[in-house]
Amino acid sequence: MLEIQDLTLIRNGRIILQNINLAVKAGEIYAILGPNGAGKSSLAYAIMGCSDYKPSSGKIIFNGEEITDLPIWQRAKLGITLTWQEPARFEGIPVKNYLLIGVKEKNHMEVKDALQSVLLDPKEYLERNVDKTLSGGERKRIELAAVYTMEPRLAIFDEPDSGIDLLALDRVMESIVDLRDSGATVILITHQAGVAKIADRAALIGAGHLIKKGTTQEIVDYFEKKCLVCPEFR
Amino acid sequence: MKEDYQMMMKTYKEAGGKPRVFKDSRVAHLVVHKNKVLGSHLVEGLNLDVKETSSGVDVDLSVDKGVRLAYPVHLCFGVLPKEGRQEIKVRALIKKGAKIVILAHCVFPNAVKVQHVMDGEVVLESNAAFRYDEVHYHGLTGGIEVIPDIKIEVGNGANLTMNFSLLKGRVGKLDVNYLAQVDKNGVMEMMARVHGHGDDEIRIKETGNLFGEGARGLLKSRIAVSEKADSEVISELTASAPKTRGHVDCIEIVQGEAKAKAVPLVNVTHEKAQVTHEAAIGRVNQKELETLMARGLKQEEAIDMIIGGMLK
Repeated sequence: MLEIQDLTLIRNGRIILQNINLAVKAGEIYAILGPNGAGKSSLAYAIMGCSDYKPSSGKIIFNGEEITDLPIWQRAKLGITLTWQEPARFEGIPVKNYLLIGVKEKNHMEVKDALQSVLLDPKEYLERNVDKTLSGGERKRIELAAVYTMEPRLAIFDEPDSGIDLLALDRVMESIVDLRDSGATVILITHQAGVAKIADRAALIGAGHLIKKGTTQEIVDYFEKKCLVCPEFR
Repeated sequence: MKEDYQMMMKTYKEAGGKPRVFKDSRVAHLVVHKNKVLGSHLVEGLNLDVKETSSGVDVDLSVDKGVRLAYPVHLCFGVLPKEGRQEIKVRALIKKGAKIVILAHCVFPNAVKVQHVMDGEVVLESNAAFRYDEVHYHGLTGGIEVIPDIKIEVGNGANLTMNFSLLKGRVGKLDVNYLAQVDKNGVMEMMARVHGHGDDEIRIKETGNLFGEGARGLLKSRIAVSEKADSEVISELTASAPKTRGHVDCIEIVQGEAKAKAVPLVNVTHEKAQVTHEAAIGRVNQKELETLMARGLKQEEAIDMIIGGMLK
């Protein structure tokens, strides 16, 4: 599904990621775990094709096609999408219009269903703007709903739990599992071992290096026992 | 005359208006082409005296004391030929406790060398309410010059809302000058939304003077300029009485070789007054752009959506 080969990312003369090799299988949740500043989000942005995150070397291959030089929207057309840790806000764009961007058949029911899946009442939210009047948690959940409406082949969630209250967090994590169960592949970026536990497999990143790959349990155990107490990983 | 009226209605519709309101007896209206009154209708409590002049019309409008008009008054001003000048002089008096909403459409679909000048004086007596929404529809040549200059007095407890929008067609040259004086517990909101292209020149000066105790004011502008368009927005808000509150909010998006300048001027001369301001000028926000592209929009589509939202 997704292969990352010898990916190195240098920004402003600083090595952010070095020689990352990773293979994510179709239909799995793959967690990228690591402390803050390890390079996890940079890897997500590089996979999505964000400006300033073009790899200095290495390849990104999606379903057998090299996408390293494709612009973001072309990757999105292939079925890749990303939710940012701190989602953007849009003045004057209603939630309904925002969610409809990704809906293939422009089906309003899908939009309502997506909002309900993240525990937001469509009656209350469809006409509201995706702007600063929404709380961080509301905005985050709308971002998750936007991903569901896209029916992506590969969804990258960057810290999906941040800003989400505890009551909604379980539902959000369930929705990510539902997305996987519906056939999508998920990359889950997190620094919370508890969040990573829904993953099928995981990798650990520290200081721009891929430290370890394995089952989720192996990586979570390693992270909790060795990384969290070790400042050199940060 | 009849052909001119039909053309005005056609253009009015293209500008977003609904021509059927001109046939509704409950709705007051005034249609002026160049210096000719093509149609007018009054409702009870609204007084309208219109005189044709050599280059436009002089309009005296008043709303009787305590009359709260149930339906918006529709105005349509325009110049249909490629060349011409239209000068509108308006004096409006909204008497005590009266309320009026005016929807004005200004249409210049074929302008190559047209000048539209509006000189207005508006007085809101105590507890009156006046909302004025002015929508412009210009052609694609940019040969139009629009110069509205309006001075408003907002009386005790009165409420003023003014919205100016020029989003369809080329702007040409725009020179807006609005000044509002706000008395005790009065409320004033002014909003300008303009989308400039080509070599359009946009100059907007909004001034609010909150001189009465408890007066409140908002000056808001949303401008997008592309190609070689040039914009300058000067928003000046003065608070000189206790418990006055004001805010200036200006956002401009720049594309291509366009230039934008925002000047928020905030003057506070009383210790119990407060005025805040925010101004942002720049390219389309990269994160907003990339978020929409990650949902599948091409870059141009994403930019259009962001600018469309900002100008909404």
